[in-house]
Amino acid sequence: MYEKDGQRYFVVDSHVHYWDGRPSNQANRYGEGFINCFYDYHRNLSPESELWSLQDFWQQSEERVLHDLFEVGYVDKAIFQPTYLTDFFVDGFNTTEQDGALAEKYPDRFIVNGSFDPRDGEAGLDRLEALAQRWNLRGVKLYTAEWKGDSKGWKLSDPWSYRYLERCQELGIRNIHVHKGPTIYPLNRDAFDVADVDDVASAFPGLRFIVEHVGLPRLEDFCWIATQEPNVYGGLAVALPFIHSRPRYFAQIIGELLYWLDENRITFASDYAIWTPRWLVERFVDFQIPEDMTEYPPLTTEVKKKILGLNAARLYDIEVPPELDAAPAPDGAVGSSPKVPA
Amino acid sequence: MSLREALGTVLDPELDQPITELGFVSSATLADGHAEVRLRLPTYFCAPNFAYLMVADAHDAVLALPSVSSVDVRLEDHFAAEEINAGVAGGAGFAGSFPGEATEELDALRTTFRRKAYLASLDRLAARLAAAGVDPVGLPLGAVPESPELTSLLRRRAELGLTRAPASPLLLDDHGVPIDAAEAPLRLRFARAVRVSIDGNAGLCRGLLRTRYPEAVMSDLSS
Repeated sequence: MYEKDGQRYFVVDSHVHYWDGRPSNQANRYGEGFINCFYDYHRNLSPESELWSLQDFWQQSEERVLHDLFEVGYVDKAIFQPTYLTDFFVDGFNTTEQDGALAEKYPDRFIVNGSFDPRDGEAGLDRLEALAQRWNLRGVKLYTAEWKGDSKGWKLSDPWSYRYLERCQELGIRNIHVHKGPTIYPLNRDAFDVADVDDVASAFPGLRFIVEHVGLPRLEDFCWIATQEPNVYGGLAVALPFIHSRPRYFAQIIGELLYWLDENRITFASDYAIWTPRWLVERFVDFQIPEDMTEYPPLTTEVKKKILGLNAARLYDIEVPPELDAAPAPDGAVGSSPKVPA
Repeated sequence: MSLREALGTVLDPELDQPITELGFVSSATLADGHAEVRLRLPTYFCAPNFAYLMVADAHDAVLALPSVSSVDVRLEDHFAAEEINAGVAGGAGFAGSFPGEATEELDALRTTFRRKAYLASLDRLAARLAAAGVDPVGLPLGAVPESPELTSLLRRRAELGLTRAPASPLLLDDHGVPIDAAEAPLRLRFARAVRVSIDGNAGLCRGLLRTRYPEAVMSDLSS
């Protein structure tokens, strides 16, 4: 919970990791390249006071995670989003089991999500079911750029992906977090294209598709799709840190999101440990659209409360203390602002 | 045209900016008709298809110089550098460079991003007109006053094969279809989202390149 100027904010960090990127766990140059890439994001977009050494970035202790998120980070509930990367890291980068071990010790603090990979075929469907039962999954995090042997990725609209999403529906896994990366099959297509989200969002109206990084680097395509599909949401991981390094650009991102979607479908996320939530929460609450950007309406306290926690709380049925809750939101997503021609 | 000028004609297809201004050219030398060019990108995992296009375009642009008889363009510090460099040098094409992983060449990808670049240029021009109190709806191209934004829009129309006739409407979509008055506000709003997205990505890429190669600040500032 964060308090400022007499306003109290319930905070859900809907995208955190508990990873092992140490050299001892790197399987090859790709694993090393991956953690270094994350570290460059951290270095490039963090305020100087929040910079870590590469050693600190490789892996965080249990104590550090608890400290950064809950002791000083104002987070009420954090949602683990696994990123397996088993072709890059010996024991995986950040698996459901690794996250789950921490979540089991602090059940009031964490929600643990699972994952699936449609290239695992029939056997993977059984594994998903076992994972769902073991961890009582409410959500999965999917990374379409994940490498697997000779394959450099997949699409949500692949036939086997439909089978997995059907199974998610049966298992009560309603929150599908989608993370795009630089590779896909086939490699000649734009790997960041979110058109496949459009397909599955239409095909599975009972599932919620939370597009991580609000579709960046394809913000415009994400906005266009989310306008038409009421079950498409945007996670702010990676977009939020621009609030420090490029506040005017952040104003444009949040302005566009609020225009094309609505305030009920945007969720706060730090992408811990790439960034820590404390400064992101503080800056977001202090943030306002610059006055000369008259094309965007001001960010109200109510909107900030929804984005910081109430929206994600609704997706995951997280109990919010009544005094921190906003006016009751409609069940599920509301209609979008603009009408889009067919 | 100098070697650097030739490389300046190569655009990052995703960011719609010259690779020289983005700081992606780490070195370029010419001696006895042989050119050597080294390219670098903001991350180890930058998308291989865009990386390939930049290496291939740099190769072709340099080889087209009369003073150049052979060229060696190499991308460095990238997960797929080996495949890309060998593929471009050997003229294998993208599909040939990534057997089993790619099904086609990159023409469709390039066109997709030219369309985005066109929409972004339309937003910039519309913003200029709006500031001058001019309504773009119904305006023929020939009635638009000269400006850098107009030049930029015309270039992008040419790249896409769209009409540049003075009588053609300014508000043409990225497939060359006129945008009617009723749709104009939403379409222009989308053009803005495209522009915000591309500008934002370019800013992030510049920042990441500086983080990865602190010495890149100089070439960045030269833009």
